[in-house]
Amino acid sequence: MVETPPAGLLKCPTGIRGLDEITLGGLPRGRPTLVCGGAGCGKTLLGMEFLVRGATEFGEPGVCLSFEETADELAGNVASLGFDLASLVARKKLVVDHIYLDRSLIEETGEYDLEALFVRLDHAVDSIGAKRVLLDSVEALFAGLDNESVLRSELRRLFRWLKERNLTAVITGERGTETLSRHGLEEYISDCVILLDCQVTETVLTRRLRVVKYRGSTHGMNEYPFLIESDGFSVLPVTSIYLKHVACNERISTGVPALDRMFGGEGCYRGSSILVSGTAGTGKTSLTAHFVDAACARGEKCIFFSFEESADQLVRNMLSIGIDLARWVRKGLLHFHSVRPTSFGLEMHLVKIHKIIDEIKPGIVVVDPVTGLLHAGTASETRSVLLRLIYFLKEKGITAVITTLTNGGTVMERTEIEVSSLVDAWLLLRDIESGGERNRGLYILKARGIAHSNQIREFLLTAHGVELREVYLGEAGLLTGSGRVTQEAKDASAAMLARQEVERKQLLLQRKRKVLDAQIAALQLDLAAEEQESQQLIAQEQLKIVKWERDRGEMARSRFGDKGPEEHSNGRVKAPRLSRSGA
Amino acid sequence: MTPVTAPGKAPGKTRAPKIAKASGPVAPHYQLRLFVTGTTPRSARAIQNIRAICEAYLPSRYDLEVIDIYQHPEHVKAEQIVVTPTLVRQLPHPVRKLIGDLSDTARVLAGLDIAPRQISVSPPETKHAA
Repeated sequence: MVETPPAGLLKCPTGIRGLDEITLGGLPRGRPTLVCGGAGCGKTLLGMEFLVRGATEFGEPGVCLSFEETADELAGNVASLGFDLASLVARKKLVVDHIYLDRSLIEETGEYDLEALFVRLDHAVDSIGAKRVLLDSVEALFAGLDNESVLRSELRRLFRWLKERNLTAVITGERGTETLSRHGLEEYISDCVILLDCQVTETVLTRRLRVVKYRGSTHGMNEYPFLIESDGFSVLPVTSIYLKHVACNERISTGVPALDRMFGGEGCYRGSSILVSGTAGTGKTSLTAHFVDAACARGEKCIFFSFEESADQLVRNMLSIGIDLARWVRKGLLHFHSVRPTSFGLEMHLVKIHKIIDEIKPGIVVVDPVTGLLHAGTASETRSVLLRLIYFLKEKGITAVITTLTNGGTVMERTEIEVSSLVDAWLLLRDIESGGERNRGLYILKARGIAHSNQIREFLLTAHGVELREVYLGEAGLLTGSGRVTQEAKDASAAMLARQEVERKQLLLQRKRKVLDAQIAALQLDLAAEEQESQQLIAQEQLKIVKWERDRGEMARSRFGDKGPEEHSNGRVKAPRLSRSGA
Repeated sequence: MTPVTAPGKAPGKTRAPKIAKASGPVAPHYQLRLFVTGTTPRSARAIQNIRAICEAYLPSRYDLEVIDIYQHPEHVKAEQIVVTPTLVRQLPHPVRKLIGDLSDTARVLAGLDIAPRQISVSPPETKHAA
């Protein structure tokens, strides 16, 4: 079971759902256990189930000594729980002995003891090799017999005898005003005492069980609600007192790609619990339909618990946003379970949910909306039921998508039944009113273990399902819907204008550059032409000078005969000077 | 007096010899069964007491069967015996049960519906518990 009991203290599993978890393995083996409680609390049923499960599941035959009901009455009573006593008796797995004491027909004439009872029990135990005993309820002896002191000592002897025979016994007792049992049986049975209680609050009956004491063993200390249903007793839910569920690393799609991106691009963890909260008409159910659609598309089974809409209505409504759920129903992947919250009590709802989940073994469960359960019980009870439901689903590794309706006017970041701390991821859907219209916004309030987007997205319900849009966040503030569309158009045209202006300026610059480039080229050409012209002039001038000097030399020679030109160069004759500039 | 069947042995039946019945209305015949547990002092005392009472008040009109439940546990269930010793008056009807060691003669007589007339005539000497 949950924990191995310490050496020396063996446990005897009851087979009763939940009780073995609370007692960490069952009742103390070979010892008597007192089960006490008021009338109609289910003491006898608990005892009978202990015997029947022992006989059918653990191979331990049992004896029932009934002081109140005959064997036939008992068989009839437990037949409603699916136990066939007659067959067990025929197969020698069970002995039911009705012990009947009618005071009016009995005269006490002296000393006596309960040896006959011992003989009866001994005989019954030996006849089938019984390991378990139910004494229901031994206190009836006090009504049938006068001599209480004899009775007390004999009961003490009886319990000792049970221990000596190593019989695991359940002894039922009516609850007294100040004591746990009317005749103080707890004084004699000190190994294990279980108290049953039923309370009616706001017309809804809740049964509760508490292990008052369990010598030599730890046990769950709280009051646990329990149910008596068509297949037996169950202490609910079957959640152990420890948080031991395995965390799955696999991520699954939410069915909305944009939402997956908000969840770090991969969606949420498998087996996590996702809360979708929002005011009326924010699209909670539509969002869950995406989860369902995606899960079914992956081939996972899915159960949709609806407390508001019928299956037909849901299918029709989801078709209007392009999600065809009917095909998954036809394939046997999707199961709808629509029930009015007021049709039965809270615990019963939980049982139904448990049973359906156990039968179908889905990969994902939708509860829409959990706030509907508030009609079936008080807020604190609903919370506890929900807590147990969430833990139950987590233990089974089932992804839970839970919607909750937030009433207008209340704080958004607070769920009606305060389940937010229990869930792993919380999607908040909200109305955003602006520009004379109402639009939907979505954001992730928390997502344990996932780096998630902190943005508010606009949430659109289109003919192709849910779409997420970036919310406009600009100079004009947060805009959604047509306001966002208008603003986006405005922004677009402004951007275009700006772009055109830039282009125009660039063009202008280009042209200017071209003009300047052309001017520069022209000037350079002018310069080159001028340069060429000047050089030609210089060359001509130089030629002129050379020619002039030669001419002068020839003239001198012709004038002075044989005198060289050097004789006549005493400064009288001067050659014309050439300007260096060559101009 | 018929010897008492020792408890612990096979159940013994003692039948009082039928003597002439009293005149007047016919007195009923008593069929009694005493369930005891082996040879305990309490069992022995019960046997002794019922024999004395029967002999004194029901001479020759009673059948007494002593049954040791250790040896015949099946009777215990059939007869709805819870405590020992138990004396069952099977006849005359209705069935009555007397529990205890039968040392309280007045209550035994009342429980067995034995006519008070007879009580006043001769109170019997019964052995009380120590």
